[in-house]
Amino acid sequence: MNKMLIKGGRVIDPLNKRDGIFDVLIEKGKIKDIKESIELEDVEKIKAEGLLVMPGLVDMHVHLREPGFEYKETIESGTKSAAAGGFTTIACMPNTQPVIDDATLIEYILLKARREGFVKVRPIGAISKGLQGVELASIGEMIEAGGVAFSDDGNPVVSSDLMKKAMEYASMWGKTIISHCEDPSLSKIGLMNEGEMSTLLGMHGIPSAAEEIMVARDIALARYTGCKVHIAHVSTAASVDLIRYAKAQGIPITAEVTPHHFSLTDREVDGYNANTKVNPPLRTQSDIDALLLGLQDGTIDVIATDHAPHHRDEKMVEYQLAPSGISGLETAVPLAITNLIRKNILTPLELVERMSLNPAKILGLQAGTLDVGQAADITILDTETEEIVDSSKFYSKGKNTPLHGKPLYGKVHYTLVNGRIVKDIKGVYRGGQR
Amino acid sequence: MKAEEIQEILDTAQLMRPIMNSRNKKITYLQGKNVVTLFYESSTRTRVSFELAAKYLGATTTNISVATSSVSKGETLIDTVRTIQAMGVDIVIMRHPMTGAAKLLSENIEAKVINAGDGINEHPTQALLDLYTIKKHKGKIKDLNIVIAGDILHSRVARSNIWGMTKLGARVVVVGPTTIIPKEIKKMGVEVSSNMKQVIKNADVIMALRIQKERQKSPLFPSLREYQHYFGIDEEKLAMAKPDVLLMHPGPVNRGVELTSDIMEGENSVIEEQVTNGVAVRMALLYLMTREGILSE
Repeated sequence: MNKMLIKGGRVIDPLNKRDGIFDVLIEKGKIKDIKESIELEDVEKIKAEGLLVMPGLVDMHVHLREPGFEYKETIESGTKSAAAGGFTTIACMPNTQPVIDDATLIEYILLKARREGFVKVRPIGAISKGLQGVELASIGEMIEAGGVAFSDDGNPVVSSDLMKKAMEYASMWGKTIISHCEDPSLSKIGLMNEGEMSTLLGMHGIPSAAEEIMVARDIALARYTGCKVHIAHVSTAASVDLIRYAKAQGIPITAEVTPHHFSLTDREVDGYNANTKVNPPLRTQSDIDALLLGLQDGTIDVIATDHAPHHRDEKMVEYQLAPSGISGLETAVPLAITNLIRKNILTPLELVERMSLNPAKILGLQAGTLDVGQAADITILDTETEEIVDSSKFYSKGKNTPLHGKPLYGKVHYTLVNGRIVKDIKGVYRGGQR
Repeated sequence: MKAEEIQEILDTAQLMRPIMNSRNKKITYLQGKNVVTLFYESSTRTRVSFELAAKYLGATTTNISVATSSVSKGETLIDTVRTIQAMGVDIVIMRHPMTGAAKLLSENIEAKVINAGDGINEHPTQALLDLYTIKKHKGKIKDLNIVIAGDILHSRVARSNIWGMTKLGARVVVVGPTTIIPKEIKKMGVEVSSNMKQVIKNADVIMALRIQKERQKSPLFPSLREYQHYFGIDEEKLAMAKPDVLLMHPGPVNRGVELTSDIMEGENSVIEEQVTNGVAVRMALLYLMTREGILSE
């Protein structure tokens, strides 16, 4: 069937400032028409009364683990998880084995994603060869092959000189450098946020300054080089202040926050559950308050999951030995609905901007809007259903979440990629992504 | 742990003390019980103390030493203890270099677990024996002024003592270089100072902590000489204290750093007695844990 009609939903499209009840007609995988009422017989229909209909969500910070760590996640399982979570495009980080640091590996990811994926995958290339922080990776060739941005995510670029060169180089193509801001000399023995909780729990802490120092450095370098710089997973109040200052100066900085950082504090670590171990670490309530303010005033442009799946065995060890990371694709929408929409932190229009339009813009993707003629990547969800998070039901191989057992609002009903249903209430299907 | 539970352990330890001095140091209370000490870190006093405590009560004891390096390369902690459990063990006493290890263990085996030290977090039986020793000399814990001096950041002894002492109503001051005082430690109910000469005047008890060179990844103060000058307890500083001040140290002592040798062996020092009391307190704990009811958890 070539045509599909989404009837009666509340359409949220921030680029076109559209927020109201509309019907959406899809033809040949593209958006054909959006009107208050479209009456057609003989077409497949999706009843969307009471639901939000939005451009497909874009997650610009995902770890798919393939190649090299297929026991944690694969392109197949990760994109399946993304479809279930309402994402139609995800950008994957290069810290695989081998590291995604040349064009053939970018092509490999794209090929595998076309063959096995459930949603669209856009690879992020490494800044430095092997993520070693010494020599620039072949950024130009990776861009030609389809690399959308560059990052040594997880391995902070310690050398300011290398970071400066990466920015100078990437700016030739107008591409964005994504920075994981962490001064490892301050964070190296830390396991959680340094503060009251680390003292109460008897663990070495990671001071908030470890992040802020690098945010400040990268702001200075972005100003100096003119390169677009995106600060990954902002977690501290002072980082938000620094970014707000930089934007006021006209420095080309954007920033993201993860759902876990705006939802959970370091109190979760009590009990030593290694599923609470994440980098940057969960911070304090005052940090969350600042992050929410940053989301409201636009200082923080993007919500991204930093989906970091790990095998169960890797987290069933001493806290110190467990790898950092939270499996986030399938809890992002519920956390956003519960903590942002239902608490009136963001309007639906603002939320869609931060989960779809803005990440698409930063990565230079044709996505994030419901323009007529645009590929029909659409997410349909409700904000009323309350469900208990059950990580054993995740499509992701990574069941590592501190949210297991917690009630959250918001449920994804449909995910459409190129006009094909890849997720409905019953399951997840291949076929949208060619 | 509640204040009443701490109290019960201290009272029971008092009853155990005579057994240690008797000619036949063996009762049959733990006969047929299997106690395993599982040490992932080196230890002399804690391990021997637990082993003797279990033996005096008639238990069978087995000691397992695991080199720290094998933690990361070999079997996981959970697999190791499940193996031990499969052989029929009743109590596992574990020391481990990482915070939370005892908690992880207790959640994954049926045997009872005693934490003999986990990373920089806790060393509960040391705190219990310290409380017992203080109470024996001062008759109470409540309202005493207790100074804990030195490397608070890396000291599980300090952390467990702070929990116990504040719970029983003592006023605790921690003193040491700011680089080894944990952030927000005041939230644990203590005062913080960096002036030893000032805080020593009011102290009823001074507990000096070992400078843990092995846990310090980078130097946290310029030199041992400078540490000794500001925070080490010598004749001059001790002269400023009350005459009956109780001088404690969990051991092993870096002589001439935390304490001078003369003071260590002087009349205010109860360092050796702490070791003796440790056995009684651990006997009490083993006794209470294997009895039904209180502390069986």
